[in-house]
Amino acid sequence: MRLWLVAVGGAGLAALLVAACLRLPGFGGDRHPYGDRAVEAALSRHTANTVSSVTFDQRAFDTLGEMSILFAAVLGSVVLLRQTRDEHRARPEPAAVSRPVRRYALLVLPVALLTGLYVIAHGQVSPGGGFQGGVVAATALHLLYLGADYRALERLRPLAPYEAADALAASSYLVTGLAALLAGSAFLANTLLPYGTFNTLASAGTVPLLNAAIGMEVACAVVVLLAGFLDQAVEIVDEGEHDEHAEHDGGGKTGGNAADGGDHDDSGKRGK
Amino acid sequence: MTETVIVVALLLVAVAATAAVAVRDPVRQSLVLAVLGVVLAVLFTVLQAPDVGLSQLAVGSALTPLLLLLTVRKAKRRGRRAERGRSAGGDGP
Amino acid sequence: MTALTHVLPYLVAVWVFLAGCYGLATSRDLIHAVGCLSVCQAATYVLLLAVGYRDGGTAPVFSDVTPGSRPVVDPVVQALALTDVVVGATVTALLLALVVQVAKRHGTVDPDELSELRG
Repeated sequence: MRLWLVAVGGAGLAALLVAACLRLPGFGGDRHPYGDRAVEAALSRHTANTVSSVTFDQRAFDTLGEMSILFAAVLGSVVLLRQTRDEHRARPEPAAVSRPVRRYALLVLPVALLTGLYVIAHGQVSPGGGFQGGVVAATALHLLYLGADYRALERLRPLAPYEAADALAASSYLVTGLAALLAGSAFLANTLLPYGTFNTLASAGTVPLLNAAIGMEVACAVVVLLAGFLDQAVEIVDEGEHDEHAEHDGGGKTGGNAADGGDHDDSGKRGK
Repeated sequence: MTETVIVVALLLVAVAATAAVAVRDPVRQSLVLAVLGVVLAVLFTVLQAPDVGLSQLAVGSALTPLLLLLTVRKAKRRGRRAERGRSAGGDGP
Repeated sequence: MTALTHVLPYLVAVWVFLAGCYGLATSRDLIHAVGCLSVCQAATYVLLLAVGYRDGGTAPVFSDVTPGSRPVVDPVVQALALTDVVVGATVTALLLALVVQVAKRHGTVDPDELSELRG
């Protein structure tokens, strides 16, 4: 019964979507009125990367909305993943990681971290920006989990400053917008700073500031999120689970190791 | 030439997406999703969108699969315990 | 360019979206369902970027291209897709956090079993 409903609805939706696709302007066409105007506006504000100009200048208000969604999602996840009263923390024993993996992870860690920061800093000049660089920098930090162990990661990543920095970055985006308002123009308008020399780091007015705020926000958000999930998966257990570990040590262990292997595999792939 | 590359990338995306839905085991699915993320990043680069490609590479190939795997690990550990409790006639939910 | 390649990218986006919806509807595991949802999201990125593409265009970045010398693709749709890729990932994380809570409270991640529990 339910499958039939899905089939009928899906077929109807498919027919409508295909009909819509056939009437869309052809792929690769030459008419892009918004794109042409956006490029013009970006060049007039000395921004080499027009995508950054659209994100942090022409549509900065929209990015404010996106940032609030991000902030709210992280806040919700932190609340949902907190340690409840019937749970306690178990000390995870360090698992054996092969030596080449360890060495490789420690080698790649600084390179990946630096790449992330570079991508954030050059957002207004070359492809990249706060959104991409923030994710790269934050996931790079977790190579430490491979290279050393969970304890080392926790020492390097005290969670409270990251949570505070997340909120700070969100509010600094707002403050930059309000500063434009105080200076006598519209909220988040790019009138605060001189536009600078085209194609240098100090160009594009407030774009680098907003970019840096978003980079910090995204990096901290991803660190906080991953910390919440890692805590749940590695450290936090409730009473029943603990008993199970004591009784059926074998079963619990193999499952854990399998998941561990997969996750290591994946982080390694990203590092390359 | 460019056209051929675009068509090949598009077909790869379609295949990878279908595989990601067809694979029912969440652990395997997260690995297929990582592949989908990489293929999407290639497509975006071919479509002259390096910015989007970069963020898709970072998010799709690393962050999302990692979160899925961590969730699987947590949820399956719980599931096993609950099942054992139920079969023993114990305090299962 | 043939007639097919004029609509192929849109059709691929539709296919990916419908495949994701099918997986979402028939999923027996909430974690798998969240994965299918991220497949649906990917379809929107493909659609947006396909709309903005221009034949012979280059990336809209002028750090090594003289402005006006070559046509560029549409930067507006790229900005839309770019922010959503990252924000969508955090929303996925929120959904997964909900799944973890469901697994904690009910001991299962099968949506059918969950509705039985409620009923």
